[in-house]
Amino acid sequence: MKKRNIRNQKTKKLKSKHLLGLEGMEKQEIDLILDTAESFKEILMRPIRKVPTLRAVTVVNLFYEPSTRTRISFELAEKRLSADLVSFSANTSSVKKGETLKDTVKNIEAMKIDVVVIRHPSPGAPHFIARYLDSKVINAGDGAHEHPTQALLDIFTLREKYKKLKGLKVTIVGDILHSRVARSNIWGLTTMGAEVCVCGPTTLMPYEIERMGVKAYSKLDQALEGRDVVMVLRIQLERQKSGLLPSLREYTNTFGITKDRLKGLNKNFTIMHPGPLNRGIEITPEVADGPYSVILDQVTNGVAIRMAILYLLSGGEKEVE
Amino acid sequence: MPKPKPVVIIDQKILHHCLIRIAHEIIERNKGARNLAIIGIKTRGAYLAERIAEIINSIEKVEIPVGLMDITLYRDDVQDKLEQPIIQKTEIMFDVRGKIIILVDDVLFTGRTIRAALDQIIDFGRPKSIQLAVLVDRGHRELPIRADYIGKNIPTSKDQLVIVKLKEIDSEDSVSVVKGKKIRDFR
Repeated sequence: MKKRNIRNQKTKKLKSKHLLGLEGMEKQEIDLILDTAESFKEILMRPIRKVPTLRAVTVVNLFYEPSTRTRISFELAEKRLSADLVSFSANTSSVKKGETLKDTVKNIEAMKIDVVVIRHPSPGAPHFIARYLDSKVINAGDGAHEHPTQALLDIFTLREKYKKLKGLKVTIVGDILHSRVARSNIWGLTTMGAEVCVCGPTTLMPYEIERMGVKAYSKLDQALEGRDVVMVLRIQLERQKSGLLPSLREYTNTFGITKDRLKGLNKNFTIMHPGPLNRGIEITPEVADGPYSVILDQVTNGVAIRMAILYLLSGGEKEVE
Repeated sequence: MPKPKPVVIIDQKILHHCLIRIAHEIIERNKGARNLAIIGIKTRGAYLAERIAEIINSIEKVEIPVGLMDITLYRDDVQDKLEQPIIQKTEIMFDVRGKIIILVDDVLFTGRTIRAALDQIIDFGRPKSIQLAVLVDRGHRELPIRADYIGKNIPTSKDQLVIVKLKEIDSEDSVSVVKGKKIRDFR
């Protein structure tokens, strides 16, 4: 009979009652989230993809910025755990009438909710509301600051493929300056022991990025030499009006990921992209759809990661007999 | 204060005999092993399930399917716990529809674990029937649930713990009773 590897039943918890970012999160906590997500992924393969765990929990999804993947992924994660949910987008709400963020969330909380998932164009918005709410706050992307669930699902996807993260060589390519995905991934991956470097046009590279523990390159071929993973970032067309790029075509020629540019990578390399893709701008369709691309696995894993976060944050405040 | 010493109620030999008897009772009740499947609940019930399955297999010369289940997600106290238990994988690699499911756990106490397990099994499909086998029934039910196969009835008081140790993870086979609050302190 097949021997099963059953971990000893232990209880552990996340240090914070919110998930605001990966900066400062410890390796143990990330491991806990990834292990929990692994068990949740199995639920997604069952005939009935739903468990009653969070029956008593109400979640509000506040989206002040457009989103397809993250929002659907959160909503599905909530539904799979049997939570009640309401979703909100800024352009159809009283925000248009000038209500402040604090008033909006205080009013929603007055209707008795437990968890707020928030995406907001201003960095720090989740941290701000966390100060005023009793509810748990999950950051679903705040400006160019952090996008912790995206980074966690990226790290989960990599761990699934490579089994260990220590020493894994990851290159993040693109608009590092405006990328919350890059920032969260840098914090998370370096905590897990991966070796991260970033590459992009100098105008889109934050000052002193090295202080985050990564090396910065402005030449793509150097940045890809001997690496295991390429994380391609989206050129955020909505953030490019400031003239930081001469033209999209020049960006594509210099930093676009094409099949030719993959030659320097290690064997068994991986291409990732957080979506949505600008096909033919930062990545060619050939690469995005190649056998080494895990872009759709990332999306699948996103639901499991978000279930894990919701579950881990939904424990009680004090032990009830 | 010195830690109280657990009193061994079932030793290795008796434990083995209990499992053999349960296996025979299962076969007797169901007139053979046709259509049977065994599902063990999380850590120790899973090992017991595998042992009972092996005994049934050797008596009946069959290979009955064995599944493993973690019921954490079906508990009714998720929001009352300070720390969330780590979720283990549920592995039911066979179709439960139309099967006679023997649900196995180590200790039957309040019945809440079994309630959660029943809900979870039914979410996998509609079995023909579900029967419950436990190594120890210690009383104090909070729900109308009873076992079909019992290794040993051990009347206990509520401030006692029943500690089941199994070779697979605890390096010995035994069931003991001790006064205490947390099983973890005695493993």
